[in-house]
Amino acid sequence: MARKLPSKDVVIIGLGWTGSILAHELTDEGLDVVAIERGPWRDAPTDFPTTYAQDELRYRIRHDLFLRPEQTTFTFRNKMNQQALPIRSWGAFMPMNGVGGGGVHWNAETWRFLPSDFVLKTHLSQRYGASFLPEDMTIQDYGVTYDDLEPHYDQFEYLCGTSGAAGNLKGKILEGGNPFEGPRSRPYPTPPQAQPFSHTLFGKAARELGYKPFPQPSGNLSQAYVNPLGVRLGPCTYCGFCEWFGCGNYSKASPQTTILPVLVRKSNFSYRTECEVTRINVDDSGKRATGVTFVDTSGEEWEQPADLVILAAFTVFNVQLLLLSRIGKPYDPVANQGVIGRNFTHQTISDAIGFFDKDKFNFNPFIASGSIGMCIDEFNGDNFDHGPLGFVGGGYIGQVQTNGRPIQTNLVPPGTPRWGAKWKSAVRDNYLSTVIPGTGVHGSFYSYRDVYLDLDPLYKDRFGRPLMRMTIDFHDNELKQNAFLTDKFAEIIKAMGAKEVVKQTRKGPYDVTKYQTTHLCGGAIMGTDPSTSALNRYLQSWDVPNLFVMGATAFPQNAGYNPTGTVGALAYWSAEAIRTQYLKKPGPLVHA
Amino acid sequence: MPDERARRIASLAAVVSLLAAFGVTAIGRAQTNPSGTTLDPQNFGQIERGRYLMVVGDCSSCHTVPGGEPFAGGRSIETPFGVVVGANITPDRETGIGAWSDAMFLSALREGKGHRGEFLYPAMPYPYYTKVTERDGLDIRAYLNTVKPVHNPVVSNKLPFPFDVREEMAGWNALYFTSGEFKPDSAKSAEWNRGAYLVEGLGHCGACHTPKTALGGDDLAHAFHGYRLQGWFAPNITDDKESGVGGWSIDDIAAYLKSGHNAISASTGIMGEEISLSSSQMTDADLKAIATYLKSLPGQTTSPPAPLSPSEPAMAAGGAIYADECSACHGMGGKGVPYLFPSLAASPNVRSADPTSLIRVLLEGARSVATPGEPTSPGMPSFAWKLTDEEAAAVLTYIRNSWGSSAPAIDARQVGEERASMVRNGG
Repeated sequence: MARKLPSKDVVIIGLGWTGSILAHELTDEGLDVVAIERGPWRDAPTDFPTTYAQDELRYRIRHDLFLRPEQTTFTFRNKMNQQALPIRSWGAFMPMNGVGGGGVHWNAETWRFLPSDFVLKTHLSQRYGASFLPEDMTIQDYGVTYDDLEPHYDQFEYLCGTSGAAGNLKGKILEGGNPFEGPRSRPYPTPPQAQPFSHTLFGKAARELGYKPFPQPSGNLSQAYVNPLGVRLGPCTYCGFCEWFGCGNYSKASPQTTILPVLVRKSNFSYRTECEVTRINVDDSGKRATGVTFVDTSGEEWEQPADLVILAAFTVFNVQLLLLSRIGKPYDPVANQGVIGRNFTHQTISDAIGFFDKDKFNFNPFIASGSIGMCIDEFNGDNFDHGPLGFVGGGYIGQVQTNGRPIQTNLVPPGTPRWGAKWKSAVRDNYLSTVIPGTGVHGSFYSYRDVYLDLDPLYKDRFGRPLMRMTIDFHDNELKQNAFLTDKFAEIIKAMGAKEVVKQTRKGPYDVTKYQTTHLCGGAIMGTDPSTSALNRYLQSWDVPNLFVMGATAFPQNAGYNPTGTVGALAYWSAEAIRTQYLKKPGPLVHA
Repeated sequence: MPDERARRIASLAAVVSLLAAFGVTAIGRAQTNPSGTTLDPQNFGQIERGRYLMVVGDCSSCHTVPGGEPFAGGRSIETPFGVVVGANITPDRETGIGAWSDAMFLSALREGKGHRGEFLYPAMPYPYYTKVTERDGLDIRAYLNTVKPVHNPVVSNKLPFPFDVREEMAGWNALYFTSGEFKPDSAKSAEWNRGAYLVEGLGHCGACHTPKTALGGDDLAHAFHGYRLQGWFAPNITDDKESGVGGWSIDDIAAYLKSGHNAISASTGIMGEEISLSSSQMTDADLKAIATYLKSLPGQTTSPPAPLSPSEPAMAAGGAIYADECSACHGMGGKGVPYLFPSLAASPNVRSADPTSLIRVLLEGARSVATPGEPTSPGMPSFAWKLTDEEAAAVLTYIRNSWGSSAPAIDARQVGEERASMVRNGG
């Protein structure tokens, strides 16, 4: 029997980016807020000290910062007719754990989606006709527009101090920025990061091929910055230990370096770490959340009543809690009905490796940051004519090499032996003169009827709750998209002067063992129709109006960008709706 | 019984502190009510002034256990002679000061005499508080009358023999205690006088920053030249260019006291607590006054030693360690990032003759204080596990003799001693 705690105005599940933003906004509103976090407390100078944070073995290879699969995991399969098996070591993505969430270990690539990405179904149907889209593709409009979100993109970027070059300032296209981006109301808070040699060379080659390269927008800052909350960040040192690592240098925007120092000083904010929420409780009507139940490390079960519940965990856990709490109708891909679990997506990533003459090129690849690089956006979204190409979607492509870390930076030209003296000598010869962009092609992943999340019928967690089951595979549309983009990318790498280019075009089936990105999206999507979306345009549950669900969970499909900028903008958008509309008149903000 | 005791207390107080009692009479409050106080509980202005003065005096630092009931006492104060525990100064009649007359209160505050006439230990900084005006003292009392009475018996004297014999303080007072209110210097500005009043009186800055004699009295010939206590070196706060605040503007000092940070340095340890509990809550005008006064204090006359040559082995090794371990935050030029990472090139602590704090921060790491104005609270990691005594000494020697600084080299033995004291203290 759960022990009942005194009621709070707001309970937030998960204290990552969105949990921190919502906690800050709602405590500013005067509400009494408690955040419940499954993982440990984490702070920049003590948990990622510069004295040992740059430890590739500990953090990259052994996954030190991440959720331990023995605590909970997912099951995975490609196709609906397969038996899903539990993931026992993380591969394709890295589920975060602990205060700061993914904001601790991200690369800090801070993009905005294109205006057309938010009205994707309408836009593509109008331009190419509805029949141009694959029959089983289930893309939708977001229900919110770029113009709605622009002030909130701006809020998130100014919170983070994002470094970049504006390409479209209030409709005016500016040289040096991304000419395809939606209009922004003001420049980035800080100028772009400096670009090392290989990244600069990519920009030059792309320009010579007629593209308009621009520096990647970066949450690793080009210079010291103080954000509107009064919290300070320092300049990035280009150490190349960003993704998978925490930054103790105060250079990478994270909840720890932007919000938490202010949040923890507020008397109406409290938090519990190492406490796992097992259920969102609803009353007998099923229409009202009454709070959450969580379990501490002693196995003690507690009930935290609250008037408002903010679900701000990682995508898959958001969906799992909704299903386990019986909120919203579970998605059934056969009947094509229900909403919780539908439109699950990821990212379509590939690369092209360039081997250069070691006597002419010394790239010093270790000088980098997680969001360094020069990119082009000519092949993102619908920035190019898909008519003759037979697919939809796209992505940014760029030399975005984040590091030259010793354990994993050892690519050698094809034909080199896999081990032994010749391999060693090839590693030595190529380390400084190889371009390994990593996520050089960062493609969209659109949604399909048979790519979804549901509760596994067989495997259970330590509480006896079913694990989440992922059913995910690449469809032809994404593979075609990727082949096209990878070719374009390889052309630019070749034009940089590479003597040999190795294309790593994405092939099916979806492989859960190889890292791609942690951009799992969808499963409880936003939209305008309760029969095809779990959340309304304010991220409010259609079924339980005092429940709001944050994060990329709400994306109806994933665009060709890193999601965090949009996740942050949506969080601020939702917080504003709660502050200015919901609190005045609690209840559904949209009547469908 | 309580009444009788109160009377007895009142008569004793009259004996030990006639002067103060006359003061009370002089402002027309001769009637002693049963609780001892004569102050008007509706005098909001006085109560609010008293609250602010208690912030200035950092009274809660010793009289409030962190997270505990305000002013209920019980916090241990580490002195070179042993532990003294902060008294309960809530209006509780049994265990606090509720039964004290105003005269007794003023006597304790300004003369170091308890309500039974016993000697207080100067852990209660009455040698400084004696400069507090009677009006300010009574304002403090007026405020204290309004806080929640807490029944909390506190045994203040936990000193070992022979220091536990309070009567010894008579001799100590004869040597080191000069009673008397602050006397303004009419030749100086009102701002300077306000600063002097705060620094020398309620602010009791000398308690940490003035060197002490073997008996723990202030070495007034070297007032504010810095003193080692509780494992830290409270730095020179005179206008000394080398190791004091001579290189800081008045605004730099005020910003430091207000936010714990400025473009040069950041606060941690005991001073961090002072800033959190006291100076961050003081008015900008008072902080500027304090800065104005400190800037008027002459520094030392000794000139710094010649900087070590970059070719010295310790400098070469220190420079290499610095580039690897320190430059990411503090920069290759030692300038740091204003308000985030201290400037090693400009921070006087780096050049301090007593390197205690410098060594300690390197070994233990440090967290700068969070304040409303500067909530970031950046931290430096511990290097104790990473650098040997020799390496730590080399890198410290390097930063003390680079970018225009010069200071005596740090010896590996000094680092070893600090490391040992860290281990002893569970650090």
